[in-house]
Amino acid sequence: MQAYARPQDLTAALQVLSQGHRILAGGTDLYPAAGPTLTGDILDITDLAALQGITHDNGLRIGAATTWTAIAEAVLPPALHALQQAALRIGGRQIQNAGTIGGNLCNASPAADGIPPLLILNAEVEVASATHTRRLPLQNWLKGPRRVDLQPGELLVAIHIPPDALQGTSTFLKLGARSHLVISIAMVALRLVRQTGITQAFAAVGSCSATAQRLPLIEAAIVSGSPILPEHLASLSPIDDIRATAAYRRDAALELLHRALAELAR
Amino acid sequence: MIGFTLNGIAVTCDTAPSARLSETLRETLGLKGTKVGCDAGDCGACTVLVNGKSLCACLIPTAQVAGAHVETVESQTEVLTRLRASFTRHSAAQCGICTPGMLMAAVDLLSHTAHPTETQVETALGGVLCRCTGYRKIITAVMQANCAVTEPDFSGQPVGQSLPRIDGKLKVDGDIFGADYAPKGALIVKAIRSPHSHAAFTLGDLTAYAQIPGIAAVFTAADIPGRNAFGVIPAFADQPAIAASPARFRGECVALVAFEPGHPTDTSAFPITWTPLAALTHPAQSEAPDAPLIHPHRAKNQLIEGRVVKGNAAYAINTSAHIATGSITTGFVEHAYIEPEAGSAWMERDVLNIRACTQAPIMDRDDTAAVLGLPLDKVRIRISATGGGFGSKLDVSLQPLIGLVTLKTGRPSRMTYTRAESMASTTKRHPAEISGRIGCDATGRITGMEFTGRFDTGAYASWGPTVANRVPVHASGPYYTPNLTAKARAIHTNGPVSGAFRGFGVPQAAVWQETLYDELAQKAGLDRLEFRILNALRDGDASATGNILQATGIHDCLTALRPHWQRALHDASQTPNRGVGIASCWYGCGNTALPNPSTIRIGITHQGQIVLHQGATDIGQGSNTVIAQIVAQALGVPVQDVQLIGPDTFLTPDAGKTSASRQTFVTGRAAKAAAEALRAKLLWMGNQVLSSLPADQYGYALSAQETYDPPTKPLDENGQGTPYAVYGYGAQMVELTVDPALGTVKLHKITAAHDLGRVINPLLATGQIEGGIAQGLGMALMEEYIPGRTDNLHDYLIPTFGDVPPIESILIEVPDPDGPYGAKGLGEHVLIPTAPAILNAITHATGARITQLPALPHRVLDAIRKANA
Repeated sequence: MQAYARPQDLTAALQVLSQGHRILAGGTDLYPAAGPTLTGDILDITDLAALQGITHDNGLRIGAATTWTAIAEAVLPPALHALQQAALRIGGRQIQNAGTIGGNLCNASPAADGIPPLLILNAEVEVASATHTRRLPLQNWLKGPRRVDLQPGELLVAIHIPPDALQGTSTFLKLGARSHLVISIAMVALRLVRQTGITQAFAAVGSCSATAQRLPLIEAAIVSGSPILPEHLASLSPIDDIRATAAYRRDAALELLHRALAELAR
Repeated sequence: MIGFTLNGIAVTCDTAPSARLSETLRETLGLKGTKVGCDAGDCGACTVLVNGKSLCACLIPTAQVAGAHVETVESQTEVLTRLRASFTRHSAAQCGICTPGMLMAAVDLLSHTAHPTETQVETALGGVLCRCTGYRKIITAVMQANCAVTEPDFSGQPVGQSLPRIDGKLKVDGDIFGADYAPKGALIVKAIRSPHSHAAFTLGDLTAYAQIPGIAAVFTAADIPGRNAFGVIPAFADQPAIAASPARFRGECVALVAFEPGHPTDTSAFPITWTPLAALTHPAQSEAPDAPLIHPHRAKNQLIEGRVVKGNAAYAINTSAHIATGSITTGFVEHAYIEPEAGSAWMERDVLNIRACTQAPIMDRDDTAAVLGLPLDKVRIRISATGGGFGSKLDVSLQPLIGLVTLKTGRPSRMTYTRAESMASTTKRHPAEISGRIGCDATGRITGMEFTGRFDTGAYASWGPTVANRVPVHASGPYYTPNLTAKARAIHTNGPVSGAFRGFGVPQAAVWQETLYDELAQKAGLDRLEFRILNALRDGDASATGNILQATGIHDCLTALRPHWQRALHDASQTPNRGVGIASCWYGCGNTALPNPSTIRIGITHQGQIVLHQGATDIGQGSNTVIAQIVAQALGVPVQDVQLIGPDTFLTPDAGKTSASRQTFVTGRAAKAAAEALRAKLLWMGNQVLSSLPADQYGYALSAQETYDPPTKPLDENGQGTPYAVYGYGAQMVELTVDPALGTVKLHKITAAHDLGRVINPLLATGQIEGGIAQGLGMALMEEYIPGRTDNLHDYLIPTFGDVPPIESILIEVPDPDGPYGAKGLGEHVLIPTAPAILNAITHATGARITQLPALPHRVLDAIRKANA
C-alpha cells in the first residue's frame, strides 16, 4: 500500500522525507512523467504553512509551495515584475493554480520560465532536512538540465530575495510559436536600477543553455551605456531542437534583450 | 477513505491517495463528464474547480482534495446553466470533447468577472485546447453568457436556419465518448507497441506471463482468426491488426494484454526482445535503387502513382510569357483531436458489439469482421460520441483489438489509447515534396502547369491511393488550366502511416500552387486577386480532367473579397511589415471517381413519430443537424419533430463514411429523396389513420428508404473523366504582421468567402470555416509531427486561444443542380486556402518566400534574411 503523507508541520514533513518519500507539490511535472499511475511513497507538501506565501523579512521570502497564481496576484515591488509576468506565462490558468515556484526550480528544465526572473533578483534557495538547513545562491543550485543540488532527505523550503535586489524595475519576455501553453524558444529577464542613469543591470536568458544564465557582459554593457552585442552572449550554448535552431536562439535572445532594455529604459 | 464535497454532495471514496482526481471521478465515482485528453496538463479537457479554482484533474492527487469542494460539469449551478445555454446558442461546442473543460474554466472566470473582455476570456480559457471550433464561437459564448437573450424564431423553413445543433444539449452536459462507457466487468486492454521504426522481435514465454495475477489473457498475431490485414481501400488492405515480426513503424501494435478490472495495467514486464533494423525514414531513401522493400510486392516502395495529363504542358509553359518555378516541402501533421481513440466491446448472444469513436461505422464493421473471421451480420458497430476525427478515425484503430479480446474470452473489454499511443499509432497528414512550373501569357492567363508530388505514405497503404489520385485532379486549383501534367506518387517509408486528413493531400498541393500563382501574378504585372479572378473557372469550362463544370462559385467568392482586399491592401501600405495574402480552393465532394452511395431511412410510427435512421457519423461537423434539417424541409415539418436514430450498423442503413466533405451533399441527397418519398406516401394515404396501418418491414406505419450515389465517371490512364459530381469553392484573405527581427507572425484577420451552393445551416457552416482555418493556420505556422519526439500536446503544437484571429465568413450560394437544395460540401474546403494565404501574406509583408512548412519563427527569419540578402 502506498504511503501518502500530507503534513501541516515542516518538522513532521522532514521526518517523513528522511524515509525516502517522493516530494509532490502541484503535480504539474510529476504526473506527466509518471505514466498511468504515480507510484512510490509520497510526501505532499501543499499543506505545509511554512512553504506557502510571500513574506517580508529583510528582503522577501517566497515559500517553495507558493503557486504561480499566488505570485501573480501578490502586491510586490517592481523588481519582481518579471517574476509576476513569468507566472502568467507558465502553462494556462490550471497549471498556474497548481504549479509552484519551488517545483519549477526542482524540475529545473532549461526552459523553466521561473528561473531567469529569479536569477536577476540574486535569489537564494533555502533547503532543509531533518538534520540541517542550508542556503545557497540559485546559480549554484542549478547543476544542469533537470539536475539540482538537492540531496536525499532535503526539501526546498523557500526562495529568498535579498533586500538590495528589491530595487529597480524588471521585465520578462518570452518567445514561443503559439499564444498559450508554449514552451519557450528563448526568454529573457532584465532588471534595471536607475538613479540619474542606469546604475545596475541584471540580465538572464533561459532556453539558450543547459541552465538559464546571468549575462555579466550584457549587464556591464548596459551600465556603461555601450551597445549590447552578439559577442556578449558568448557564454550561451543553445541547441538545435524541434522548436528552433541554435543560431536562431542566439539572435532571438539578443533581440529580446534589446526589447527588454528599450521597454525598461523608456 | 478520502472525503470531499462533489457538486455540493459529500462523497467518500476508497482510492489510492495519489490516484489522479480525473481517474477517481470517472472510474470510482462514475462521473464521466470530466474528459481525459492527455493525462499531462497539456489540453485542459479535464478541468474541474477545486474550491472555486480551475485545475487539471489529471494532475491532482485525490488525497489533495480531501475536505475540498470539487465542482465538475455535472454540477447544476446557475452560472453553468447560463454558460451551457450560451455555448449551445453560439454553437461553441462541435465534437464536445473539450466542452466540459471549457465550461469549467469559464465558470471560474465568470465567478469573478460577469462580463469579460475577449482578452480575459482568452487568458482564462487559454489552458484548454479545442481542435474543432477555432475558438471564436467559444469566446463569444463566454463573453455573452450573462447577456440578455431574445429567443430566436425558428418557425420558418428548416433549410437555411441557424439552428443550434440538435445534439447540442449532450455536448454541454458532457457527452458519452469512447472512453465513457464501460460494460460491467470489462477487461482492460493494453497494446504492446514497437519502440522502433523498424524492428524484428521475438516473443518470450507468454504462457508464463499470462499467469501473472491480474492478467486475463495475452494475444498476438498468431491469435487473429481472420485476415490479418485491414485497410480503408479493400484492394490495398495491408495493415495487420497485430503485427508479426517485423514491426514496420514506431507505435505498431505487436501484442495485446487484457487485464482484469481493478488491477494495475503495467506492461513493462511483457516478454519481448527487439532487434532494431535499418529504417527507411524518407521517401528519397525508399526510392534509392538498392533500398529494401517494405512490402515485397510494391516495387521501388511505391504504393501508387496518380496522374492527370491534358494537352501539352511542357510546350505551353516553354512558350509562355511568364513562368514561375518552385518547390515546397511539408511534414507529418497530426490530427490531434482531443479524444484519444477509445471504445468497448461485448457479446450479445453470438454478435460482437463494438462501441467506439469513429467516422466510418460500416468500414469498421467490414474491417473488424474480416480480421476476426466473422460474417458481417455478427459484428455490430454502435458508435460513441466521437471527439474529433478529421480523417484519422476513418481507419480502424482499436476495433479489431477489443473485438479480438471479447471474441476470444467471451468477456466485455475496453481500451483507451494514451495520448502518446494515439499520436504514435494512428495516421498522419502525408508529408509532401512538390515541385513544378506554371506558365501564363502576357495578359496573365494561365497556359499550363507541370506538377510533381512525392508523398510519404508511411508503412501501410491507408488512404495513400486517395491522396495520390485526388492531388493531381486538384493540382491546378480552381483556375482554368488548358495544359496540365500532374503526377503524385505515394512512397512507403518506415514512418507513421499517412492517411486521410481534411483535404487528402490537396492542402499541401495548394501551398505549392497558390504561392506560385502570386509569383506569376507579380511577373505578369497583375494584382494578385485580379490574377485569380481572371483565371477563375467558370460554368462550362472543362477542368483538367475534362469535367465540364457547373455551378462554379469561385468567381463569386473572389469578387466578394474585392472590397476587403482593397481595404486590406490600403491598411498594409500604412503599416510596416504588414501583409495581405490570398488563396483559393476547390474540392470535389465525395469519393474520387468511385461509387459512394448513402442510404437514408425514415419511418413514421403508429403513434405518428417521425424517426430518421441516419448512419452518417457526426464527429462535430454537424451532420446530425444538417441532415435532420433537410429531412424536415422535405417533409414539411419542424426539425424538432424528427427523432434521430444512429449510427448503428444494426439500425441504420449505410450512409457511408464521414469524409471527403460528402455528408451534406451525398447523405443530404439521400435524405431529401427518402423524405420526399415518405411525403408522397403520406399524401397518397390520404385520410387513413396511421395507427390502423399494418407494420411494414421496418416496423413502421409508413417508411421510405432511398439511396443516392453521385454520378461520376472513372478516370482513364490520363486522368480524364468525371471524378466528382459536385465541387465546392472558396477563397480566403489573410492579414498579418511579421516581426522582422524574430520571424514571428501575428494574424490580424481572416476573411473567408466560401461557396456552399445552398447554406443549410449558417451557424454550423461558419463553425466549419473557423475550425478549418484554425487547422490550416496550425499547419502553416506551428504543426510538425516528428516520430518519437512530439508524441504529446506540448511538443506538438496546435493553435490555442489567441492564435486564431477574428474571422469574417462570407457565405456564397451558387446552387449545384446535384446538391440537396443546391448544397455543396464544405468541411475540407475551409482548410485548403489558409496556409497558402498566410505564406502569401508573409511574402507580401517581408519579401520572404517560405518553402518549408511549418513556418516556424526561425524559418521565417531565415527566409527574410535570404530575401534581404
